[in-house]
Amino acid sequence: MCGDVAAGGKARLTCTVNGEPVEVLVDGYKTLLEMLREDLQLTGTKHGCELGECGACAVLVDGEPVLSCLTLAVECDTRQVTTVEGLASGGALHPLQETFADLGAAQCGYCTPGILVTAKALLDRNSNPTRAEIKEALAGNLCRCTGYLQIVEAVEKASAMRGATTTGATGVSGATGAEELA
Amino acid sequence: MSVIGKARRRVDGRAKVTGQTRFADDVALPRMAHCKLLRASVPHARIVRVDTSRAASQPGVYLVLTGDSFPVPYGVLPVSHDEHALCRDKVRFVGDPVAAVIARDEATAAEAVHLIDVEYEPLRTFAGPADSLAHSEPRIHDYGDGGNVHKAVSLQFGDVDAAIAGADHVFDDVFFFEGSTHLPIEQHAAVAVKDPDGKLVVWSSTQTPHYLHRALAKALQMPAAHIRVIATPNGGGFGGKSDPFNHEIVVASAALTLDRPVKICLTREEVFYCHRGRHPVLMRFRTGVNRDGRITGVDLQTLLDGGAYGSYGVASTFYTGALQTVTYEIPSYRFRGARVFTNKPPCGPKRGHGTPQGRFGQEVQLDKIAERLHLDPADLRLKILARPDSLTANYLRIRTIGLGECLRRVVASSGWSGKFRKLPHGRGVGLACSSYLSGAGLPINWNDLPHSGVQLKLDRSGGVTAFCGATEIGQGSDDVLVASIAEVLGVDPFDIRAVTGDTDLTPVDLGSYSSRVTLMMGNAAIEAATRARDLLAKAVARTLEVPVERVSFGERRVFDAEAPERGVTFQEAVCIAEAQFGTIGTTGSYTPPKSAAKFKGGGVGPSPTYSYTAAVVEVEVDPETGWIAVPSVWIAHDIGRSLNPTLVRGQVEGSVYMGLGEALMEEQAFRRLPPRLSQALVHKFPSMLEYKSPTFLEMPDVHTDLVESMDPAGPFGAKEVGQGPLLPIMPAVANAVYDAVGVRIDEVPITPEKIVKALQAKAAGKPPRVGPPAFPDDVPWPETLLVAPPWEGGDGRASNEPAKKSARKADAGVEATAGLRR
Repeated sequence: MCGDVAAGGKARLTCTVNGEPVEVLVDGYKTLLEMLREDLQLTGTKHGCELGECGACAVLVDGEPVLSCLTLAVECDTRQVTTVEGLASGGALHPLQETFADLGAAQCGYCTPGILVTAKALLDRNSNPTRAEIKEALAGNLCRCTGYLQIVEAVEKASAMRGATTTGATGVSGATGAEELA
Repeated sequence: MSVIGKARRRVDGRAKVTGQTRFADDVALPRMAHCKLLRASVPHARIVRVDTSRAASQPGVYLVLTGDSFPVPYGVLPVSHDEHALCRDKVRFVGDPVAAVIARDEATAAEAVHLIDVEYEPLRTFAGPADSLAHSEPRIHDYGDGGNVHKAVSLQFGDVDAAIAGADHVFDDVFFFEGSTHLPIEQHAAVAVKDPDGKLVVWSSTQTPHYLHRALAKALQMPAAHIRVIATPNGGGFGGKSDPFNHEIVVASAALTLDRPVKICLTREEVFYCHRGRHPVLMRFRTGVNRDGRITGVDLQTLLDGGAYGSYGVASTFYTGALQTVTYEIPSYRFRGARVFTNKPPCGPKRGHGTPQGRFGQEVQLDKIAERLHLDPADLRLKILARPDSLTANYLRIRTIGLGECLRRVVASSGWSGKFRKLPHGRGVGLACSSYLSGAGLPINWNDLPHSGVQLKLDRSGGVTAFCGATEIGQGSDDVLVASIAEVLGVDPFDIRAVTGDTDLTPVDLGSYSSRVTLMMGNAAIEAATRARDLLAKAVARTLEVPVERVSFGERRVFDAEAPERGVTFQEAVCIAEAQFGTIGTTGSYTPPKSAAKFKGGGVGPSPTYSYTAAVVEVEVDPETGWIAVPSVWIAHDIGRSLNPTLVRGQVEGSVYMGLGEALMEEQAFRRLPPRLSQALVHKFPSMLEYKSPTFLEMPDVHTDLVESMDPAGPFGAKEVGQGPLLPIMPAVANAVYDAVGVRIDEVPITPEKIVKALQAKAAGKPPRVGPPAFPDDVPWPETLLVAPPWEGGDGRASNEPAKKSARKADAGVEATAGLRR
């Protein structure tokens, strides 16, 4: 948790967001989702329920998918946060972003950020997941437009493409072992 | 075709995978205030007193509004302007907005809302249609067709009673289709501001910026020309964001009063209470059939639980009985539909809008007919398909109908003949067909103006900007707009920028509902692009000194068809044309053909053309637990022409997904709070965890097949695909469950509990069925309008309709010119 609590109950929070150091004064009760969207203007992460029920707010904390609407910002002190804005690197989209855009895995696009980061975490720990493993990993992310199949195919195609490329932009270490499954 | 028919990345695809798409709640402006609504905690009550003093005195609260600030009613349909932005005299459902607090931040606004004291004088709660039919007092609304009946209609085409009486068999079945909600992942949000010129700008997650524009002008009593509605990229609509909403009008009013931006974002619970989703519908089908399977007549009655307000309800009522005749030949037909008010969130359009309910009844009944006549369900349907280029008994014009080919394909791809009535107990297959509109043929606001308009700006850079009011809600309308223009002008889609859904910048398009956008916007875009191409062709023909007929377009070039190397780039062509004709700008628009249906109520159902779908669903049912899984779906859709196969497949699979949700698990259900509380009628589970919807794990494999019937009414031959494929899924699941374990679930959702209950009845020798017992006989049907079918010499009018109909036509003309002022 945060070290010193500044005046007025706000905590001084330092963490890394998409590979960049961030320092924020944030109220103890504020969620990671609110900090990202309101304090850092990173509006790529979405909310669908703010009750931990839809998965739209998923981000990575130290490489693991978490629901940012149920995570307090102060819990992320000194940790690495990855949002959809951090998937591309050097002007090139992450393979998942390419396949999601190409294969119709995003229709309205509102659930897409949460699904992309969750799929990235999956590929980082299991570079060649089966269809069942993809569905299991994404079962917590609801989508009302696509019917999911084109999303599964986009993840499969990205995992095939990734065989030849390095891991994502944030340099988060690779697979952290099967037991780390979310 | 270089663009049309190709599987391409959608033009708005990159933004959606990088988090750069700016949805309504992503809009943030300096000095922006936040709004929260106080919603009624009682289902039906008179408002005695609203005391906002404590709330108004809270630090950080800028403004508190009540119904006093909103005297003018509005609503999406002209016949039911029955809503106020905040309730004035009474509340009609738990969740009805009563007051609004605008404060420096959401937390302050949310706390202050609880400091508003409202004194209610409770009235009787109407929990369902039976209540509303039994008691006409107190009236929920003081308009409608008497008591708590909002709308009751009765139409008859031909001597249906004789036709049914004379048939070899008469089938009389009752079905119930439970309500469900859209559940878009994006909650409704809106931001309003008085712009530097003093005009109102509203960003909102809306499917119908044009209708919101009209409602704001009326409710705020200000000229529509001083209001700009910008439809932000939509995080899922499905019909749930196609009404003008309380929160949009409240923030608009607050922004004008405070002269600072005001934002609102609804909580998920509020989205459940906004609803405007699937009407629960009880229905009774009486059908006469001859031994050979031919239908002699259908007598359909439907009863819709409308909820607390009109919304699209009048249209929904007609839709429950409109498309039955567009699928199969029905020589004589009577449709009686009634919508009643109840003290629950208002129902409106959800994907399929009123037609899935009637489709479920017709397709399950056809399964029963096939069984009794010892006919294969597919063969029965093939025998009675509606004919192309024909007029139905209720005067709907059918153009192309690829349903026969759809049926043949799913029968083949699913291995139907080897499975139907042949799989081991617990496994089964079910089949169903359906039809859907490619856009509502008549406008909601009666006038003769085009339903969609496109404006093109051709620039010396070689870039093209396409302006259209059409609203991208994830269905791919921006991509269709750009692809249609790129194909005609022979340029790369990436050279075109789409500017859509902005009432200041784009010509009117009525909005994303009734699957109208591809057809109507597409045709308007083709007209605008063709006019631009003709200008360029004339200019370049002179430069190349060739007849204009030989000037061709392709791969960003304009060239002589007989000597392709002789030509100019598209950019040069624009400059040449601009030099000759001045700035190059063209428009295109689309107005549907006039409908043959002239009788009162004939305005709902007509469409430029209809899409068709056939589906086979395979289910696995555990006879012990009733647990049901759907491993596979085979579906063939008559799409006219697939403009972008990747997006088309997404619409089919998205429809199958949403259909399965309604078939198996979704219920917009209500309960009474316990006596120690208020006993108020509240939503049973207003949460995305409790309100069940399918996840990755429940979604079956879907084998999609597209039949391209190349319909002349559609752009490049295209018909709709956004809603049609949902319709056959629910009845196909019901028919598959019967094939699997021999029990009839004549209602949705088809849950394990109902399957076990039916199996127990079967084991006890009772009828193996769970479903509604009967259709009520106390529905106050109006006098039936008698319309002779076309083949009995009818002219589309009702023989017993009061004369004023023709007078109304004259008024309609006057209204057209005044249309924009209202």
